[in-house]
Amino acid sequence: MLRDITLGQYYQAESVIHKLDPRVKLIATITFIVSLFIVQNIVGYMIAAVFLACVIKLSGVPFRFMVKGMRAIVFLLLLTVVFNLFLTPGEALISIWKLTITKEGLRTAVFMAVRLTFLIIGSSVMTLTTTPNNLTDGMEKLMGPLKILKVPVHEVAMMMSIALRFIPVLLEETDKIMKAQIARGADFESGNLVKKAKSLVPLLVPLFISAFRRANDLAMAMEARCYRGGDNRTKMKPLQYKKRDGIAYLTLVCYLAVCIGANMLVHLPF
Amino acid sequence: MEIIKTEKLVFEYIRRDEEGNVEGITRAVDEVDLDVEQGDFIAILGHNGSGKSTLAKHINAILYPTEGTVWVDGMDTSQEKNLWDVRQSAGMVFQNPDNQIIGQVVEEDVGFGPENMGVPTAEIWERVEESLKAVGMYEYRKHSPNKLSGGQKQRVSIAGVIAMHPKCIVLDEPTAMLDPNGRKEVVRAVRALNVAEGITVVLITHYMEEIIHADKVFVMDQGKIAMQGTPREIFSNVERLQELRLDVPQVTLLAHELQKHGLNIPDGILTTEELVGHLGRVFGKDK
Repeated sequence: MLRDITLGQYYQAESVIHKLDPRVKLIATITFIVSLFIVQNIVGYMIAAVFLACVIKLSGVPFRFMVKGMRAIVFLLLLTVVFNLFLTPGEALISIWKLTITKEGLRTAVFMAVRLTFLIIGSSVMTLTTTPNNLTDGMEKLMGPLKILKVPVHEVAMMMSIALRFIPVLLEETDKIMKAQIARGADFESGNLVKKAKSLVPLLVPLFISAFRRANDLAMAMEARCYRGGDNRTKMKPLQYKKRDGIAYLTLVCYLAVCIGANMLVHLPF
Repeated sequence: MEIIKTEKLVFEYIRRDEEGNVEGITRAVDEVDLDVEQGDFIAILGHNGSGKSTLAKHINAILYPTEGTVWVDGMDTSQEKNLWDVRQSAGMVFQNPDNQIIGQVVEEDVGFGPENMGVPTAEIWERVEESLKAVGMYEYRKHSPNKLSGGQKQRVSIAGVIAMHPKCIVLDEPTAMLDPNGRKEVVRAVRALNVAEGITVVLITHYMEEIIHADKVFVMDQGKIAMQGTPREIFSNVERLQELRLDVPQVTLLAHELQKHGLNIPDGILTTEELVGHLGRVFGKDK
């Protein structure tokens, strides 16, 4: 039952976007998010929309997968819209009882909603087209310069990838312990929230003990295989920029330039 | 030349109470002298708590001797400067298949050791390919380790050690958590390595069937080496083995019982075929 949970939300396909270097995708996502906050008018958002649509088309991931990510933020989205709509001071459009919708409020609310939607979809494109492992590698490489500031970049990346490796193992373990406790009469289902939380104790204690034991074993196995931190380590699959990554960076720069240009040149009422 | 040599090896676990005062000292390994020749298949037997795992951890420099010395390929394991060379010369495979696989993909896990050693990328790929082929797991190289059976996981772990090109591998009860089929798979892979690649194998186990192909067997009890010799010599002494709380293989036990009841069968029968052969001879004469 717990085994069926898939991790991350990687969608297997053979697209250009999938093949891009994870560093390109990380930087592109950040750039896209920044661009969303740079643009201030409708032309800018249209450019962003076209760009996003092209990327989604290229990625070969069905659109419904992108929208999935939206479910989690529907509430936040509504809240933002409502607050912006009613609480922005300015020229009144409609007044109902004590609530006033202003022209400025309407504008900010719509833009904010579009911004958030694009932001979520944009980052979904990244997580859908990059394996968690690849993503960790990309982050390690991108944050490499922080090593000078004594940030343990390699260690953090190693921890992330080990966590990813062990999540399915621990889920299976949780399932096993749960069944063992149910067989001895434990009840995880009934009762109120407090009672339910309390009933998790016999599940969590053995799980933690086992996790520590595993960590100990793993550390020993890693040492036995000569692991000694990130120094002098070579990579089996080093990240290497290819021609397509260069093209992607170029496209990104063009996109950003167009966004800024649209912002400065066009003065529209919306 | 000996690949592994220990001289008067002693290891003590010190138990402490909550304040850190010494509560007691357990001698896990007690004055063990061990000589292993390059290319040998060595088996170490013993029931739980006999000190066999503790001994194994000394060969990989995970534990250091309290007294005495361990040499691996001529290097003293207690010297800090030898640490990584020792670990590279003597690879180690542990009991729990889940807790020693680091990579999220089989090939990445096998590449982990060479990566740590600073082997260039192209060579890592060559090593990964040859080691996965050596244990018969090459077709699974793109799989997630979570989807493999226990025996397959252990073979991946073995490949991960071979990829470091060790002279010797120490397997610490690699089959204890596996089903009978997985056990056979692993033992077959280990034997193949010993025969085909000439890697010295130290197999620690409490399954007697796994040691019949060994060149030399050491039986440990209470931290000491209680018996040593070829499998046949060891199995000739069924009473002593039972005294040491070890399960004698059924064939050997049957042959022993038959012999006790007056049949003319030699000591130390290891396989069913052997027993059948002897029985045929015995009853053939009677007719």
